[in-house]
Amino acid sequence: MNTSCLGTGRFGPYGGRYVSETLIHALDELIDAVEHIVSTPAFDAQLKSLLTHYVGRPTPLTEAARLARAIDPRGQALGRLFLKREDLCHTGAHKINNALGQILLATKMGKTRIIAETGAGQHGVATATACALFGLPCEVYMGEEDIQRQAPNVGRMRLLGARVIPVQSGARTLKDAMNEALRDWVTNVATTHYCIGSAAGPHPYPELVARFQSVIGEESRAQMIERTGALPDAAIACVGGGSNAIGMFRGFLQDDRVRLIGVEAAGCGVSSGKHAATLTAGRVGVLHGSKSYVLCDDQGQIREAHSISAGLDYPGVGPEHAWLKDSKRAYYMSATDEEALAAASLVSRTEGIIPALETSHPFAKLATIATDLATSLERPATLLLCLSGRGDKDLETLLRELT
Amino acid sequence: MGRIEDTLAERRAVEGHPKALVTYLCCGDPDEIGSVDLAVACAEEGADILELGMPFSDPTADGPAIARASERALAKGGGLDATLRVARAVRARCATPIVLFGYYNPLFVRGEESVVAMAADAGVDAFLVVDLPIDESLPLREFAFKRGLGVVPLVAPTSRPARVTLIKEVAKTFPIPFVYYVSMMGVTGGAGSVAVLAEAGRQAAEVRSVTGLPTVVGFGIDSPEAAKIAGVGADGVVVGSAIVRKIEANSDADVTLAAVRQLVRGLRGAL
Repeated sequence: MNTSCLGTGRFGPYGGRYVSETLIHALDELIDAVEHIVSTPAFDAQLKSLLTHYVGRPTPLTEAARLARAIDPRGQALGRLFLKREDLCHTGAHKINNALGQILLATKMGKTRIIAETGAGQHGVATATACALFGLPCEVYMGEEDIQRQAPNVGRMRLLGARVIPVQSGARTLKDAMNEALRDWVTNVATTHYCIGSAAGPHPYPELVARFQSVIGEESRAQMIERTGALPDAAIACVGGGSNAIGMFRGFLQDDRVRLIGVEAAGCGVSSGKHAATLTAGRVGVLHGSKSYVLCDDQGQIREAHSISAGLDYPGVGPEHAWLKDSKRAYYMSATDEEALAAASLVSRTEGIIPALETSHPFAKLATIATDLATSLERPATLLLCLSGRGDKDLETLLRELT
Repeated sequence: MGRIEDTLAERRAVEGHPKALVTYLCCGDPDEIGSVDLAVACAEEGADILELGMPFSDPTADGPAIARASERALAKGGGLDATLRVARAVRARCATPIVLFGYYNPLFVRGEESVVAMAADAGVDAFLVVDLPIDESLPLREFAFKRGLGVVPLVAPTSRPARVTLIKEVAKTFPIPFVYYVSMMGVTGGAGSVAVLAEAGRQAAEVRSVTGLPTVVGFGIDSPEAAKIAGVGADGVVVGSAIVRKIEANSDADVTLAAVRQLVRGLRGAL
């Protein structure tokens, strides 16, 4: 039997290709492209040039001293806090790293049409941006609920020339948008590249997205050494599907002393059942092409997730995170809607940075993380947090909560 | 699985080689009792194999008709357990082979081995899991094989020859009752053009000659005419969305039964 399509694309027991037979050939093509195009110096150079001159990389590493003191006034647990400023990327979030990589790859594969799914709209905007830059038609599937709560991003996608297709099935959020994008892809697979934004989906997407996002962790690692002469005690990021987190974590996987921490959305609280804390409270299952943790009932029906943050409102998670959790290389916790909103406000007022609601979740857990670490280290901890996106898209929600 | 092989072999043995008719319906739509009555009616009108659809929250391979049926069934408590109840009740009333049709997560979450045991007990003959390509299906095949059940693989227009050869290889270890050829790119419920359906029939014949396995054509077959065209090269055809639409269009149980009977009778006549 052909080993290239048997037993590949796994992170431990997770990952794989649980898709319609119709898509297998396209995934084979993509695996081939990852090996023979993405891995070449020429592709790497072209993408690096785009990241430098178009996206504005490397993004800064900002020390957040006032926030650190606001969280821990005497600095006994939280020593220094550094923010990796993905919010300063062109389009306002880390999503552009992956979108440019995939669209550049799609042009080299001869694809003439791009589709994407989006939750918060950041991946949709990033894909629409990359498509505008390369002159490719772009259609973005977005749940109606998310179209309501992330209106600014819908407008941006339209301005960029993309078509935003409202999805009315299910909870009308990210999961349903991904279902619809998969239906489109299976119909138009010969001409169309499906630009998945999260580190989820069938093999090779989780690997492809992680590679394009690993620039976050690589830059951060070098910047931390340059600024502090040492590695951080922990690298922290929010996890919905988990693309910014895996990008950050990949920079430190070999550094055993750096604790990797992902923060999921606990919504109204994990015990309420209204949450998106897939790794914290989910079980192993199969959704959108890969085996990983999912939120589902005893009959195997996928449950609707809940989070105030559209980008984390997803009942699945990338398979590499599932493996990092099981192997205890990374740790996962969760923050509620309320905690995230309070954190967004605190970060805005102490640092002059309005974070996206997604990123506000790990901010909410800094005190807990620092206390835990300082106890075991017996000294204040140095923390690195991936500030994955800016909060402009969330203004309406943030202002509503303020009053 | 013997039941499916026997049925298809019987079809081939008949003078003029009439094609097998495979009918799909989504269990629990309109309700469990309705599904049992409808499945038995399909068998009585000449369906050779009954595909009993297990509703799923995220039916990414299905078009609007079956996706809506799935939503309706789930709203009434449908799912794996309800589908197995329907299968058991159908088996009590007729001997027509049953294929449990669905998505992988419900099987995985319950445990493949125990689902196979429950299905065997309910009188199911085979599984067809749309998001479980043959590479990922070996554990399920092994459990199914031990209980005498089969797992139906799919071949799509995009499948390269190596994929078809893989089916032939796997079948040496785990007998395969038949192959399902997906007529067109896309989801269920489309209307296949004459050219697409005729080509699908030719491709099915090719799959059959490579694998030595009976091959049926599904997707896009919504009328007796379409069934006749696709059936030329194939061992049979699958009709799903057209039946599901009859169920959706009629709220009265007797009217629905009559409409589905008429459709299946027409399809049978054309094959």
